[in-house]
Amino acid sequence: MSEHHDHATPVSLKGLSANDPHLQPAARNPELVERVIAVTLFLGVVLVAGFGASYWVDAKPWILGATMGGGLFFLGVGLVAWGKYLMPKGPFVEERHTLANSDADRDAFAAAIVERGGSVIKRRKMLGGLLGGGLGIFGVVAIFPLLRSLGPLPKGTLFHTDWREGTYAVDITGRRVHVGDLAVGSIVTVYPEGTQETDRGQAVDQTVLIRISNENFTTQKGRETWGPHGYVAYSKLCTHLGCPVGLYEQELQLLVCPCHQSMFNVTNGAIPNFGPAPRPLPQLPLYVDASGYIRSQNDYDQPVGPGFWERS
Amino acid sequence: MTDVVDTKRAKSQAAGPYGKVGQVLNELDDRLGVAKGGRSFMDKIFPDHWSFMLGEIALYSFVILLVTGVFLTLYYIPSTALVTYHGSYLPLDGQRVTEAYASSVNLSFAVRAGLLMRQMHHWSCDIFVGAMVVHMARVFFTGAFRKPRELNWTIGTTLLILAIGNGFLGYSLPDDLVSGTGIRIAFSILESIPFVGSYLAFFLFGGNYPGATIIPRFYILHVLIVPAIIVGLVGAHLFLLVRQKHTQFPGKGRTENNVVGTPMFPVFMAKTTGFLFIVAGVTALLGAFAQINPIWQFGPYEASRISYAVQPDFYMGFLDGALRIWPSWSFHSFGYTIPLEVFIPSVVLPGLLFNIAYLWPALERKFTNDHAMHNLLDRPSNRPKRTAAGVAVLALMSTLFIASSTDVIANFFRLPLNEVLWGMRFFVILSPFVAYPLAWKICKELQAVQGGGKRKTTNVVTRTAEGEYIATPAPVYVDDVHAELDATPVPDFVVDEPEQAGESGVRTVER
Repeated sequence: MSEHHDHATPVSLKGLSANDPHLQPAARNPELVERVIAVTLFLGVVLVAGFGASYWVDAKPWILGATMGGGLFFLGVGLVAWGKYLMPKGPFVEERHTLANSDADRDAFAAAIVERGGSVIKRRKMLGGLLGGGLGIFGVVAIFPLLRSLGPLPKGTLFHTDWREGTYAVDITGRRVHVGDLAVGSIVTVYPEGTQETDRGQAVDQTVLIRISNENFTTQKGRETWGPHGYVAYSKLCTHLGCPVGLYEQELQLLVCPCHQSMFNVTNGAIPNFGPAPRPLPQLPLYVDASGYIRSQNDYDQPVGPGFWERS
Repeated sequence: MTDVVDTKRAKSQAAGPYGKVGQVLNELDDRLGVAKGGRSFMDKIFPDHWSFMLGEIALYSFVILLVTGVFLTLYYIPSTALVTYHGSYLPLDGQRVTEAYASSVNLSFAVRAGLLMRQMHHWSCDIFVGAMVVHMARVFFTGAFRKPRELNWTIGTTLLILAIGNGFLGYSLPDDLVSGTGIRIAFSILESIPFVGSYLAFFLFGGNYPGATIIPRFYILHVLIVPAIIVGLVGAHLFLLVRQKHTQFPGKGRTENNVVGTPMFPVFMAKTTGFLFIVAGVTALLGAFAQINPIWQFGPYEASRISYAVQPDFYMGFLDGALRIWPSWSFHSFGYTIPLEVFIPSVVLPGLLFNIAYLWPALERKFTNDHAMHNLLDRPSNRPKRTAAGVAVLALMSTLFIASSTDVIANFFRLPLNEVLWGMRFFVILSPFVAYPLAWKICKELQAVQGGGKRKTTNVVTRTAEGEYIATPAPVYVDDVHAELDATPVPDFVVDEPEQAGESGVRTVER
């Protein structure tokens, strides 16, 4: 027991004689350990070579990964074991030198900055002020090309969509939706005609068109004319984070956002009855024209999608 | 003068006792003066403890990220231009997709080892962030962030934020249906910031969502700007670690003024290089056998499409969870809106958490009035308040993470979504308040255990001259004696109760 403890006393590497017990391997039976490590490294060599071969023959990805991963793993295990069992076992000790300098050195450093710098700047306040002012102004001015040119100002873009008075509602293929197209309980995503393939049409104008009944449908007071023939349309952008409200639960008449599970009741103006969405989905006022096509009476009466500062 | 130069040259050219290697080193030393510094670097001592390898996992995952990432940049095209896909993945044949998406699918299927590299890249990112979190927890719970290492704690926290951010940028690049939804959410989160939100969002995206520049911009951020900052900070992190030397756990021969362990060369070098191979090997095996982010199944991103049960990568989970359970309180007044339902869980909450992390060393210094240098680590149970605070934060993060799958939980257990949501709200709010006292109590109990933190010893049975057998507990192993620490003053804030002042007026903790 005592012998063990002598060996366990940390020593410094400096001036350690070559046959010091601290420099002996940690393993009790180095020969056996060496053989085990040799087998491990050999496996690694074989697998790494196998990786090369399987790359050569364009083998399946999992074979590439298995040979490369296995090879590196065995090489690594062998090397770690080599270091742990066959290299100087120590423990060794190293003194920590305090990083702090003497008070005199610290004072000399501070003096160089405060006295030398202070004397220069204090005497030339105007120069310092001018230089500082110039750099400061440059800093502010530089923000403009760096930041402002990255993109346009929002201006009104967040407040409007491409729905206008009389815009035809078309599906993703560009086909106008006719009043006879949807059975009660059906849903289709529509876009203002001409935008269905644009980024803006996809991202901003997307609207869900649901046929709730066969008769004109009023979701809220003041929207008596918005739901002709049971067709109601809501912005497809969730008012929480702007995910498309893509799930329609027909029996419960709910639109569900798959991102954070906000649910909107399509019969009462898409008032959220569950989840983190703070506002109803804006409703698009519709009418059916003389030829039976679904068209919008106007743009949405409020910004679509998630909230932002300028939104009232 | 010439004499001196000649002797030096002659000396460096002659084969000394160390042969060729010696010769090369002499040549190097003539020019750079590396001998002294090199020797002391070879002799640098690394303390042996498994918990020190957590940071190594992070470092090596980052190396793997760089290598596999370079491979991916050779085939990936950062463009949202539309092309018709005609690649080897037949279900997508003929679809209009972006070049970003098409090239991501192509590099997975048409490039030799491409799928393996992509999956390794994704896996090593998850390992990178995970290892950083665990490493950070180790540093926190053992008090390794204390003076003089506050700066390195700050750098480490910054690295974690950058890694999470770059992970998000990276998984957004394939422009698949899942990641595209994530970008949409990112836009909305930026929009939610009061006063400047819509401007920030428009500047980053180059206009209203989706803009045409977001993929190229994310690309240059992901492959150059953020990695360059990470490389610089990792360098600084390691430089400070060498300059300030490692911390170590208390033990035989270990003091505040030394480091006990194994030398850089050859022991640590062998172990750590081997460990790099192991980390790379495990990552490759994961890349081979565990599918991750199958973008060809998700399909290309289209702004009006969405998939069900989509979760972000795990390091984004706590934000997603917070967004799910935060109530729908929006603030409207004077013609302006603050979307609190988004701003608080996705901006204020992470800002608060990371700022507490940044400030913790200063807070602890202030409350404990402990301004001493600390090179010996704490046993977490000896610092019950700090440990309990850390456990409380981890509990909060974990429950928020679980909350990011309310829909999956509801489906799996056939529970109403409403009940799951309310359950998660209570679960998340309660978790830190349950975790704190529980962890605190466990710390107290652990402190009270005789020989706690030390190896078990056997009983020594002795026979007296009269033939009587007496069993006495053997003394603790010499390695486990923490004699050096016994007189360390323990600050009020981290250890509350034991008020028994010793003779010197210094309070001590039972170890």
